[in-house]
Order: sequence, then structure tokens, then C-alpha cells
Amino acid sequence: MEKPLTRNFAVAPLSLAEYEKRGGYEGLRKALKMPPKELQRLVIEANLLGRGGAGFPAGKKWSFVSMDKDSHPKFMAVNADEMEPGSFKDRVLMEGDANLVVEGAIISSYAVEADVAYMFIRWGYNLSVERVEKAIAQAYEKNYLGKNIMGSGYSLEMYIHTSAGRYMCGEEASLINALEGKRALPRAKPPYSVACGLWGRPTVVNNVETVANIPHIIVNGPEWFRKLSLTAEGGTKIYGMSGKVKRPGFWELPMGTTIGEVLQEHAGGMSDGLKFCGLLPGGASTSFLTEEHLNVKMDFASMAKTGSGLGTGTMTVLDDKTCPVGMLNNLESFFARSSCGWCTPCREGLPWVANILESMEKGTGKPGDIELLEEHTFLLGSGHTFCALAPCAMNPLRSALKYFRNDFERHITEHRCPWK
Amino acid sequence: MLTNEEQKEIAIELGKYQQKSAAGLEALKVVQKHRGWISDESLNDVAQMVGLTDNELDSVATSYNHIFRKPVGRHVIYLCDSVTCWIKGYENILEHLTGKLGISPGQTTADNRFTLLVSSCLGVCEKAPAMIIDNDLYVNLDCSKIDDILSKYT
Repeated sequence: MEKPLTRNFAVAPLSLAEYEKRGGYEGLRKALKMPPKELQRLVIEANLLGRGGAGFPAGKKWSFVSMDKDSHPKFMAVNADEMEPGSFKDRVLMEGDANLVVEGAIISSYAVEADVAYMFIRWGYNLSVERVEKAIAQAYEKNYLGKNIMGSGYSLEMYIHTSAGRYMCGEEASLINALEGKRALPRAKPPYSVACGLWGRPTVVNNVETVANIPHIIVNGPEWFRKLSLTAEGGTKIYGMSGKVKRPGFWELPMGTTIGEVLQEHAGGMSDGLKFCGLLPGGASTSFLTEEHLNVKMDFASMAKTGSGLGTGTMTVLDDKTCPVGMLNNLESFFARSSCGWCTPCREGLPWVANILESMEKGTGKPGDIELLEEHTFLLGSGHTFCALAPCAMNPLRSALKYFRNDFERHITEHRCPWK
Repeated sequence: MLTNEEQKEIAIELGKYQQKSAAGLEALKVVQKHRGWISDESLNDVAQMVGLTDNELDSVATSYNHIFRKPVGRHVIYLCDSVTCWIKGYENILEHLTGKLGISPGQTTADNRFTLLVSSCLGVCEKAPAMIIDNDLYVNLDCSKIDDILSKYT
């Protein structure tokens, strides 16, 4: 099985020379000989869906960018603000093969003729920053970056922006505000960033894993890329698993690998003496799935059918010795403190939800609290807020009320947390 | 007054962006690297340098988790309290830390050695529980490792 994203991990971190020996920067050489529109077509054909969690076709996003001569300056921002609790795939890519991420970012920038690219890396990813910094510096030395890249006439500057830390920065428009040195608040859409982003200029925001796929698509072609997958969605995926499983970790597997295969074969099943109760498939803002979903293929389309989503594809496992209400309390407290405060349902609703869950954990939950939580999943739901933070925060809550309802009820009737 | 070194580093940041104001946050990070925190005076100096009012810059400074507008200890501990670390028992580590240091999250020890903070997910969930001290990452924590780790920081 081919593993284009992680094939250099065993020998990582590679110097640029070693990376080149293993086929590195062939993608860029090939890409620079093609018109940008041709690159866009190849990536659309490869059916590479955005790996940040939304699953939007990457090539299509690029195709929305104006290619007129007067559209410059244009910007690329690689979203490495991996702050979704439970997620760590972008970190392992930047640490494991920073050259690949940088090459992917350069090709992606060329595909939309961006003039400047920013690597937006979250706070705390010090090793990632160190390695990406080195990869960028070496790319400049070889003229893979800078003026007139390898005589192609295309020029690109690339900078690292390390975030001062705020969950909202991972959202596309908030990331752009953060890059402009503003508070990380979302923006009203439309206009979309591809038309009006950084300083009002066309800006593409692509996830780290998305751009890391690009060099291989260019070298090997869209058909090869689609064949890596078990489903219609092209490529491999970095899946991850954490919680009380035998071997927490990450694995590059064909897109569409089932949840059960990742849990049993790769993570080694549950730790001794524990039973599987459920999991968040792709970060704190995805809905819980349970045993009945173990055969679901982990791609965007199949996961959407479950009412949950692929999200980041890094799973957090709930075991039978861990309290689901306590887990929810942890998740919703996180969302409450991550709210930017811009709109009322999110600013006021999330702390309320967290307080109810906290009281249930303390044994002071009251009859009617479950219904109140349910009401919030509607009030803070889609269409009632300025951005997706609160609606996403309601995903684990709504699904937990469905799958673990009995556990919520026990907290109230027994006036205590049955797990304590 | 910003030092020459700080001004030089801020000038590099200014070169990365189309507008001066965009480097405000980066400039604060530069000053914080040298001084540990952002006083009102440093905030005003940076604001002038990047063409913002001090109120505008303060609104930015206070909306990010890692710009300190109050003094912190010589070393800052960030213990992850997000979902996987919670499942893996970060609360035991927190109890150990608060007991050992005699402070609650958000406080600084009397000898100014440590500030203890809890942090959202550090992105190393496969090696939970985790914490960062200054720029150093520690993973697969259990209480027995904490005292040794703390002793590295004086």
C-alpha cells in the first residue's frame, strides 16, 4: 500500500538534499511547466477534498480565484492552526516531512498565482515551526522560493506566522483577521476569502494535509491519486486515535478505511479491561458515533450519512470507565471559553450549557436539565449564530443526548456522577 | 522604550505584512520574548511603532491566550486540560502540581519561579497527558515524573 504523505517519516527529518533524492521537488518542477489552470484541473480530477474538516474540493476552491492580471497581489495561507481538541495530524506532517508541506504550499500558491504565502502555525507547535522554518530557508537557497523560481517567471515569498493562540484562528476568516493583526473574529460571508481575503485581496486558505497531497498528484496524476482511496474521494488520509486504546497514534491509510479497522487493527483495540462506548470521529466538534458505526467508511460522504462528520479524522475514544457527561462537560467548557463573544447565542448559551453539565457532574442536576440542554442544541444550532463555533459545539452534545441519554438521567436521579 | 534589539526584530516582522498594523501582534510577541510580559508602557511603545492606538492594540493583545498583560513567573507551565488529557487523567497531574507548588491555575509562586496555567489541547493527544513548560513539551505524564521535570527549572 502506497503512503505518499508519510513515506519519508521513517528517515525524517530529511535535509532538502535527501528529500530531493527521494523525489522531492519533482512535483514543483513539473508544475511550473504547466499553466496554473491545468494544475487546478488536475486537482479537481483527483477529487482531493479539503482535509481541514469541511471537505470542500481543493481544486474547485482554487478555481474561484481570479486569474486576471490586475488581481494581484494574491495570497495563500496554509492553515496549520490545529487547535481542534483531539487533533494532531497536521503536527505529525510538519514534524515528519516539512519539506513536503512546503513544496505542496509552493505548488498550491502557483496554482492560484499567489504572490505571498503564510504558514499559519498554532501556538505550542515548536518542533513544527523549527522544521518548517528550515524547509523554507533551504527552499529559498535552491530558488524553489523567491524571485523568478527556477527561471519560470513565477515569484513567491513565504513566511511563517506563529499564532498567539486562539481556537477561532482555525476558522478561515478569523485566520485572515489574525494575520492582519486583528482579533480573531469571523467575518460575514459573502464575500468569500477567495475573492476578498487578506487586505481585501484574493486569498486561498488550505489545510496542511491538503497541500501535502499536491506534489504527489502532480507527479503521479489524478487517476493514481483516486486509486489510493477505497471510495470516490481521492487519496490517503492520516487517521489518528487517542483515548484509552492499546496503541494511540496516527496511520496513513486509504481514504474510506472503516472506523473499526482503525480501532482494532491499528490502535490495537481497547486497553485491557475496558469496553468501547463511542468516539468523536474527527475532533471535539464532531458528533459521537457508537458500536453500530464501526463499519462506516471514514470518508466525508459516508461519515455525513451517519449524522456526524469526518472532521479531522483524528478520533477520541470514550470507554466504559469514563463518564460521558463528564466528557461533555470538558468539551462544552472548552467551547464556552473559546467563544469570541461576538454573537449572543454562543457567548451566553455555551457557558449555560457548561454550567448545567458541571452541576450534573456535582450531583446537583435538576429534573428538566436534559430538556434544557436539548433546547440549547436548537438555540445554538445552525443559522442562529454568526459562525460555526456554537453549532459545532452542539454536535457532541446532541449526539450524546441521543446515545447516552440514560447516563444523563442517572446523574439527575442518583444526585451524583455514577462514575465517581 | 523598546531596545534596539527589540526594534530590529520588530522591523523584520513588519517586512512580512502589507500593512504595519498587521505586525502588532508579532511585535508584542517579540517584546514578551524579551521581558516575559506586556506592560502598559511596552504596549504603548509597540502601538506607536505599528501605527495603532494603544486601545486598539490592547483589544488585540487581550483576545489571544498567550499575550500576558500581567507579569508571570520565570517559567510558565501550560497543562493541557482538553478532552483526551481529561480522559487520561490530567486532573491528577493538576492536583499534584497545585499541591507541590501551592498555587491554583492562574497564579504565580511567591518566589516567582512558576506560573501555572491550564491550556486547551496541545495537539499531542496520542501521548496524553501532556504539558508545556516555557518551550519544552512533556508527554505521557504521570505524577511520578512531575517532580523531576520541575527540578530542571530554577
